[in-house]
Amino acid sequence: MEIIELEGEKAVVSRGGLKVRADVRFIDRPRKGDYVMVHAGFAIERVKPERAKEILEYVREMEELK
Amino acid sequence: MISTNEKLSARLRDAAAGMNLRLMEVCGTHTAAIFRSGLRSFLPAGIRLVAGPGCPVCVTPPETVDRAIALSRLKGVTIATFGDMLKVPGSASSLREERGRGADIRVIYSPLESLEFARAEPARKVVLLGVGFETTIAPAAAAVAEAARSGIGNFYFLSAGRRVIPAMEHLLKSGDFRIDGFICPGHASTVIGLGPYRRISRNFKVPCVIAGFEASEILAAVVELVLMIRDKRPAAVNLYRRVVAPRGNPRARRAISEAFRIVDAEWRGMGTIEKSGYALRRGFEAMDAGKRFEVVLPPPREPAGCLCGKVVSGAADPADCEFFGRGCTPERPLGPCMVASEGACAAWFRYGRFGPGPEAEPGKDTALKNQPDYEKSGLRI
Repeated sequence: MEIIELEGEKAVVSRGGLKVRADVRFIDRPRKGDYVMVHAGFAIERVKPERAKEILEYVREMEELK
Repeated sequence: MISTNEKLSARLRDAAAGMNLRLMEVCGTHTAAIFRSGLRSFLPAGIRLVAGPGCPVCVTPPETVDRAIALSRLKGVTIATFGDMLKVPGSASSLREERGRGADIRVIYSPLESLEFARAEPARKVVLLGVGFETTIAPAAAAVAEAARSGIGNFYFLSAGRRVIPAMEHLLKSGDFRIDGFICPGHASTVIGLGPYRRISRNFKVPCVIAGFEASEILAAVVELVLMIRDKRPAAVNLYRRVVAPRGNPRARRAISEAFRIVDAEWRGMGTIEKSGYALRRGFEAMDAGKRFEVVLPPPREPAGCLCGKVVSGAADPADCEFFGRGCTPERPLGPCMVASEGACAAWFRYGRFGPGPEAEPGKDTALKNQPDYEKSGLRI
């Protein structure tokens, strides 16, 4: 979910129009626009969009190794 | 064009030829995802997935539910907990039944909401029933710390948090049945990181792969496990790097360790597991609902004949239970595995009607460890 509002440890995160409150105290230097995994009302980890294709990369590596 | 899943399936068929393996998906969210995606039907004969103990509601012992129920009957007490806990049967009742009788039991989304209740209604005693693994216990720890910091005197905590690694080690040490590899939780791993799985793979020679929740991610984890088993190089691999950092989340771990100490804890169906639970640290005893309130508990009783205890430890499949679908359904659950959205029985019931998928026979050559076969553990599909 994307952080769209941020004030101290309190954030509003959004995905597909759904907006919920999330506490971001476990995230190192959170910023608006960060993607986070939210669990029990807390952002538990920052999601790295640049790794979105990791399984495609895994398959590619797998094919190269074969 | 060949899809990612087709490529992974083809690789798996090729790599798993002649192997008979039991791979455990530790986490209940994986169990649900596996069934929802129909992934089991794509697995080659000989690769069998078994559900593990990673459904927090399912492993909560009846005594904890009984204590929450007893607390809810006390005058002026509010119980705050997650929705799945309401339907979990205790020895004689459930929180949902108690709510129907007038008890003040509130479903929360975040543990911090229980603090809001306590602040808004200072005359009530608000008890947070904290179930869950590391990912949920870190938010609970934050609530405990905040209550202490803000001096909220009417907030209490009933601890039912669990640690996932001791349960995995317990299953391997018990040797009741063979586990050839672990598909490791996507959520709890965000907190604990890859390190603990490295220790498991090193100490027990069992490979571990952290996986996401898409079908392709779980399938890739199965492929990686099979390749490691085939090549006899058990290791810990992170295939969910876009979320799980190798070192986990140190801030969340610090929050947990500041609020809780590690204690032995009872798991439904698995008995007491060393260092597998959390208790409030010294300095927070004033909010320990387990100690602050005197309640009389009924003798703990499992629903007669319910196999949930075996299902959570991978020793039985839901269909082995005589009540599965016959007297035990998600609408009218007898045991917690049918209650929880992450419970194996609920997943089998909702998505697994067309058969449990291929069955593996105990293999001699393919397993890293030759442990007793399934017959002893009661598996019989």
